Amino acid sequence: MKPSSAKAIEETHAAISDVVSIREQTTFQRLIASQAFWVAVALLALVMFMTWSEPTFGTADNVTNVTRNFAPLAIMSLGMTVVIITGGIDLSVGSVMGLVAIVTGLLLTWHYSWYVAFAAGLLAGLACGAFNGFFVAYIGMPSFVVTLGMLSIARSLAVVVSGNQMLYQFGPDAPIVRAIGQAKWPLHAPVGWAPRWMPELSSHFWVMVILALILGAVFMFTAWARHLYAIGSNESAARLTGVPVDWIKFQAYVFSSFTASIASLLLLGYSGSAINAMGTGYELRVIAGTVIGGANLMGGYGTAFGAVIGSAFLEVIRNALLMAGIDSNWQGAFVGMFIVIAVLVGMQTSGTSLLATIREWVVWKRS
Amino acid sequence: MALLDVRSISKSFGAIRALHDVSFSVGAGEVVGLMGDNGAGKSTMVKLIAGNFPPTEGAIVVDGKACHFHRPIEARAEGIEVVYQELALADNLTAAENVFLGREIKMGFWPFRILDKQSMIGRAGELFAELKSETRPRDLVKKMSGGQRQAVAIARARLSNAKLVLMDEPTAAISVRQVAEVLELIRRLKSRGVSVMLISHRMPDVFSVCDRIIVLRRGSKVADKETAMTSPEQITGLITGAIREA
Repeated sequence: MKPSSAKAIEETHAAISDVVSIREQTTFQRLIASQAFWVAVALLALVMFMTWSEPTFGTADNVTNVTRNFAPLAIMSLGMTVVIITGGIDLSVGSVMGLVAIVTGLLLTWHYSWYVAFAAGLLAGLACGAFNGFFVAYIGMPSFVVTLGMLSIARSLAVVVSGNQMLYQFGPDAPIVRAIGQAKWPLHAPVGWAPRWMPELSSHFWVMVILALILGAVFMFTAWARHLYAIGSNESAARLTGVPVDWIKFQAYVFSSFTASIASLLLLGYSGSAINAMGTGYELRVIAGTVIGGANLMGGYGTAFGAVIGSAFLEVIRNALLMAGIDSNWQGAFVGMFIVIAVLVGMQTSGTSLLATIREWVVWKRS
Repeated sequence: MALLDVRSISKSFGAIRALHDVSFSVGAGEVVGLMGDNGAGKSTMVKLIAGNFPPTEGAIVVDGKACHFHRPIEARAEGIEVVYQELALADNLTAAENVFLGREIKMGFWPFRILDKQSMIGRAGELFAELKSETRPRDLVKKMSGGQRQAVAIARARLSNAKLVLMDEPTAAISVRQVAEVLELIRRLKSRGVSVMLISHRMPDVFSVCDRIIVLRRGSKVADKETAMTSPEQITGLITGAIREA
């Protein structure tokens, strides 16, 4: 279709360029409207407070620890974000980790090369994702039910396949596996070039950074991501406009299992052993991190940055409580509280959201 | 030759006969109103033309070509677009993103095919200008009025260069000012040579934009009249059954 002549438009209407260039929100407004931004601010404040009050918190060693601890969760949160954007949920990620670890561990104990073992573990994880995706997307079952089923199935398989044993005699490739899980960069002098004050960041952290950057770019630049958001907001609309809804939802669950598999392989390498209980209860921590980072459980909203920030926030809280000498049994209460607060702050639907109130107040102050 | 020719269409769902031997045609650039009470078969008719399911009997002929639609995408390929009652928009996306949903303009090469946002925003702006709508391409649909939402949905139909746009109750549940806006959009489409089929309950809307009015009652066509040759009273009588046929 030929666009109508510019002249015809001009005489009846404001020039297109006038309208097209209007943005609904300035960059600043968009920033203060995003939950991830506020969580990042809170995280920064918490880190600053802890550094000031606890001398050990700010040490390079502790930073190494904290970043390594939350990285696997953040990696899984990236996958979870994709699923949650479509309006679904994946409860199976923790169990998938266990199964992946056991499959990989078994092949390693049978003296297969590390890449064969890793590939097999990854395939087992992807198979779980494909199972979830098939039943949710093509059969139309609720994601809660299907992934709850997989939570049980994958854990049970992991226990059965491992013979309920811990696997740690990894054969000739054990050093390589451990090197993958325990690698750090940059290294301190004298081995490396980094000075003492600089934290050595784990391979877990760097994998997370790379995955987050890739997913962030995908969210920003691809039609696939746009379809993802459309599905989460109005699935029937997406279907009517010709978006391959089933295929994209299927891919979302496979991606979630993929991230769980990656996290599992990193943790397996780090500990140098495989236990079938790996990742037990992780689904809740991952969902918590994702939601705290601003993903909407109703679907249609979520960011890669939010997934990482939310997970980091949870881990720093946990670490801070430990350092403050609070009984570790309290952690669950705090994590739960932050989930409730995060959803309360992010509630967009009720019209009386805390965040909206704050936002209005800020905008009012500025004008 | 008519753009759309519906030839003795019947549609049954099991024992229920939704449409019985209905024939009519829609010319190029013509605005036809389809009226009828609840359960008269309007929605079934729309779904047949839109390709949601095939008719039990009869044929749908588009531009002289007999079509057997099984999926909406096949009807779309023939230039038939539907603006659905529930509007089929994604609230969390902008106007431009909605217009191009499912047919995004991309640039670059695989695997680095990325969205060409500038082109899409520019093109959407042109479409809104053509429809004389105040809608801005970068605005979120969430915050739009009913009239603006209609403009987005219609711009989407224009984008594909549709020959026939089916509109299912576009003026239900929107304010009076917005109704005027939507009727203006329909006139714009007509002036571009696009045929429109307007399914509506609202008598004044139908009389103000339609060239011809078709009335269905209990699955059969009971009237097919030029708007100038009839009156709201007569149409009301035909819909309710007070007047048997005209």
